[in-house]
Amino acid sequence: MRKGMFYGLLFTAPAILGFAIFTLGPMIASLVLSLTNYNVFKDQTSFVGLDNFVRLFSGEDELFYKSLGITFYFVVLRVPAVILISFGIALLLNLNVKGRAIFRTIIYLPSIVPAVASAMIWMWLLNPDLGLINSLLSRLHLPTSDWLYGESSVIPSVVLTTLWGIGSTVIIFLAGLSGIPRQYYEAIEVDGGGWFRKLSHVTVPMVTPTIFFNTIMTIIGSFQVFNEAYILTQGGPNNRSLFYVFYLWRTGFRDAEMGYASALAWILFIIILFFTFIVFRTSKSWVYYEGGDRA
Amino acid sequence: MRPSKLSLTASYGALILISAMFVIPFVWLIRSSLMNLSQIFTMPPEWIPKPFQWSNFHKALTVLPFDVFFKNTLIIVVTVLVGTVITSSIGAFGFSRIQWKGRDTVFAILMTSMMLPAAVTIIPSFLGWQLMGLYDTLYPLIVPAYFGGGIFNIFLLRQFYLTIPRDFDEAAFVDGANYWQIYTRLIFPLSRSAIIVVALFSFLASWNDFMGPLIYLKSDSLFTLALGLQMFQGTYTAQWDLLMAASATVVLPCVIVFLAGQRYFLEGITLTGLKG
Repeated sequence: MRKGMFYGLLFTAPAILGFAIFTLGPMIASLVLSLTNYNVFKDQTSFVGLDNFVRLFSGEDELFYKSLGITFYFVVLRVPAVILISFGIALLLNLNVKGRAIFRTIIYLPSIVPAVASAMIWMWLLNPDLGLINSLLSRLHLPTSDWLYGESSVIPSVVLTTLWGIGSTVIIFLAGLSGIPRQYYEAIEVDGGGWFRKLSHVTVPMVTPTIFFNTIMTIIGSFQVFNEAYILTQGGPNNRSLFYVFYLWRTGFRDAEMGYASALAWILFIIILFFTFIVFRTSKSWVYYEGGDRA
Repeated sequence: MRPSKLSLTASYGALILISAMFVIPFVWLIRSSLMNLSQIFTMPPEWIPKPFQWSNFHKALTVLPFDVFFKNTLIIVVTVLVGTVITSSIGAFGFSRIQWKGRDTVFAILMTSMMLPAAVTIIPSFLGWQLMGLYDTLYPLIVPAYFGGGIFNIFLLRQFYLTIPRDFDEAAFVDGANYWQIYTRLIFPLSRSAIIVVALFSFLASWNDFMGPLIYLKSDSLFTLALGLQMFQGTYTAQWDLLMAASATVVLPCVIVFLAGQRYFLEGITLTGLKG
């Protein structure tokens, strides 16, 4: 199959070159940069060894730990919320209710709204003085909030705005649910089990691969949140929404400390790798694949 | 599942409630975009604009050169779409319909870039484009699409190609076709619906991209709609009427494209989500 080799490489050449130029190359360059003190505004650039990493971990850079903590908090809040809510909605959609297609469209639609526009809409909805949400709350005699302008409410508020866009996660769950053979439910009915037994003994075990997939993608996405930080809050108030990637961007592009920012980038990479690895490792104990092996 | 009457009604109610929560932001967007400032600020808020202030749109889109932003966005969206469809479908063909040594290993390596946070590569990529003198041009936002069009799209198309029976290729080979002909005359036409999915995803991704233009563009004359909208917000902070009119204009094309291609969208997400 000599010819196959030649044509195989020919057809995949753009993709392989693209990987080398736009992924592998920059990654190596980023690693090298992280060992320098490269700053666009300074003339001299030299290798500083692990100095950038020492500066990060020694606590000299308070904002590093701060942004890390904020991002973790965001991930811990957002990932379960996204998974539980979208799974719940998918369960509802999976019942054969009338108008199912319309509900599905409505729930998916917000996820195609450009991030900037979505941010504008939510800033307006959550405006403390004139926004719809506070005015509804006060009419119901419920406590209002400063939302994006409050130091303790800013992160939950950002989570809330991102929940508007969970449509694609719902659709993926729905695809997983529709793949469950009907006989499994009938077996439970024969045994006299109710909806809870169906949920815990059939539905949840059968969609664990989908839960697994969605969890991984949501974790990776949540660690990298940037648009929301840039547009909604600019890291404020008082750095309380200093998301990690926003801090990275600010360090690299506003303060022009590209060497140091590259070190930040690599730490993010390792963190994401670590969490992905953990989810993969534990998946063996809770993810159920029909027929044993993964396709 | 065969739910009881009661639980069906309850689920129905829950779905209506949830849908309302998903729809209200859209309603609020449109309602605000058509109000004058004094009505927008009345408390308690009103839902119906009186009068319908259509001039908001004209005003919002002319205080900043949104026509230029639109043109730039269109250039990026179209050229990226063409590049993505061509190179990702060629790549997917090479990774599924041609047998070659190491194929699946190479594919697996390329797939790892899907897990890679974009933030890791932005600084070196930026420096690279700057070194080539292409900072503050549209090239950094377009050229990468011509190199594989994103592994996600290759993955999606490959999933689809794998469902096309091998016998088709064999028959074409017997008739004297080569790989290129099999790709252009057989596989590409047969995978029309998957290609549309990729095109739609590509459209949305480049229409919505914010970080890319933010990093690579400096001159207002090159700004995209997403960037222009953000600039608008920075300049006219409290002009919620105009801000909502501008936002609605940026959202509208996405909604139209989605509603037109809805079937393909749902198919595409299902295709990628299933065998992750």
